[in-house]
Amino acid sequence: MNSRPLDTAPPVRKPVNQMGSRIFGGLSMLFALLALILLAGIIVALTIESMPSLKAFGPAFLFSTEWNPPAEQFGALIPIYGTLVTSIIALVIAVPVSFGIALFLTELSPLWLRRPLGTAVELLAAVPSIVFGMWGLLIFAPIFAEYIQPLLRATLGQLPFIGQLFSGPSLGIGLLCAGVILAVMIIPYIASVMRDVFEVTPAMLKESAYGLGCTTWEVMWRVVLPYTKNGVVGGIMLGLGRALGETMAVTFVIGNTNFLSTASLFAPGNSITSALANEFAEAERGLHTASLMELGLILFVITLIVLVLSKLLLLRLSANEGR
Amino acid sequence: MQAANQSKQSVITGPAQIAFRNFNFYYGEFLALKNINFEMEKNKVTAFIGPSGCGKSTLLRTINRMYDLYPNQRAEGEILLNDENLLSPKVDVTTLRARVGMVFQKPTPFPMSIFDNIAFGVSLHEKLSRAELEERVQWALVKAALWPEVKDKLHQSGMSLSGGQQQRLCIARGIAVKPEVLLLDEPTSALDPISTSRIEELVIELKNDFTIVIVTHNMQQAARISDYTAYMYLGELIEYGVTDELFLRPKKKETEDYITGRFG
Repeated sequence: MNSRPLDTAPPVRKPVNQMGSRIFGGLSMLFALLALILLAGIIVALTIESMPSLKAFGPAFLFSTEWNPPAEQFGALIPIYGTLVTSIIALVIAVPVSFGIALFLTELSPLWLRRPLGTAVELLAAVPSIVFGMWGLLIFAPIFAEYIQPLLRATLGQLPFIGQLFSGPSLGIGLLCAGVILAVMIIPYIASVMRDVFEVTPAMLKESAYGLGCTTWEVMWRVVLPYTKNGVVGGIMLGLGRALGETMAVTFVIGNTNFLSTASLFAPGNSITSALANEFAEAERGLHTASLMELGLILFVITLIVLVLSKLLLLRLSANEGR
Repeated sequence: MQAANQSKQSVITGPAQIAFRNFNFYYGEFLALKNINFEMEKNKVTAFIGPSGCGKSTLLRTINRMYDLYPNQRAEGEILLNDENLLSPKVDVTTLRARVGMVFQKPTPFPMSIFDNIAFGVSLHEKLSRAELEERVQWALVKAALWPEVKDKLHQSGMSLSGGQQQRLCIARGIAVKPEVLLLDEPTSALDPISTSRIEELVIELKNDFTIVIVTHNMQQAARISDYTAYMYLGELIEYGVTDELFLRPKKKETEDYITGRFG
């Protein structure tokens, strides 16, 4: 108070410089547009490249099981079926397991175990896919054929309707084996996203549910899961995207055959990505290459459809909790 | 009563619902509540006041054993709920929490419809027909003075309500399971003055049916709505008495300093 009196004249303020924020704004818009341009570019390029095949086979390409390069007859049903089935198997296994992992890590695990376990799950995501492929082919598939497939045949295989899915010889490699390997590969993605979104759920919301007399299971299933549904569905989509696009590991264990005569998941098959990986190098220019391009285009479209479906699912879930 | 026994002399005049006996509470090694001894009367409002960090919320959260969720928190001594020690290992916490409801600093509606927000807790503990459930939901919403505002939109999301309405929804959710005790942890700290006064009126109404314990930062609020007030400081119960007495004629110097605003 007794220092020199405060100078009340307004200070000379420097002029505001908008240049930096303008440049930054422009650059960030450019980057955002780049994503859109790339996306459009890829669609256009794939469509142009697959034009000969699109013209030759039309929509029948989607429903034909014939894949015969020497005869120049191409149909995509078997790889499409393989891609969808292996991804669905992967999700059916990975989603509940990931939910369990995330539930344990956020609610049940003792503190000292939380970090090592969480890190282990994340490290699983860092394993290169070719390692999963080799492990799947050389170690997992023989065990799968020896012990797990007979067990499945004796149990699930005896049920009406779905029994057909678990019949036939135990080959090890095949659609089911590829699905299981994919599940192992996508669990770390789904589990770590789920754990992250469960962790940001406000403690007070969880305490409110516990305060009503909920068990941990009821809190997670009835309150935390609905609260975090956007993140959870996002995590599942991340995993599904990886499963649909995974190439190396699937190629090792799916069997790579374009013949499929049974509904059994034990049978070998093919996926879009492994067909591309196996055949692109030797494909003749012309109809064969164009058909492979069209396979790529189809995979792209499947991914888009999955994305749209997940958005619709979220809308539906929001509608269920009242608007 | 002897002078040494003075502090143990019962403050309340009616039957006790909750009693703390030689109660200590620890966060890890830290002794957060020291030798708490007092009783809360049935169908009255008891307020806990005191500066931040004095342990009033901690004390409240022991009554439904919320601290059980956190591994390094523990309690010793006794908390009697109708003469039954709720710290006993025989007590099942989920059942206990149906008997002791809680409302938090901020409204925490669940991500579901208004109806389901209330039906949820009820159906955890009781098997009711749809008609009985609807009746119970309406009963709780009427009790919480929210029914007229939401009766035409029970199937909208609980999140779509205003802050004050959400907090009354949380109160309705708490009383729908028909607890004996309702714990309110600074229930109006996130609300505007009008919503606050509605909640205060509601608390006074609700004590006819429930025993209410409220933690508040707002001394006027404690004076307006509570029958008994406990002043806490640094983990100790400094003074406990009839609210009017405590505010008009505090017995302890510390209490007087706090309520006259000289400190805190």
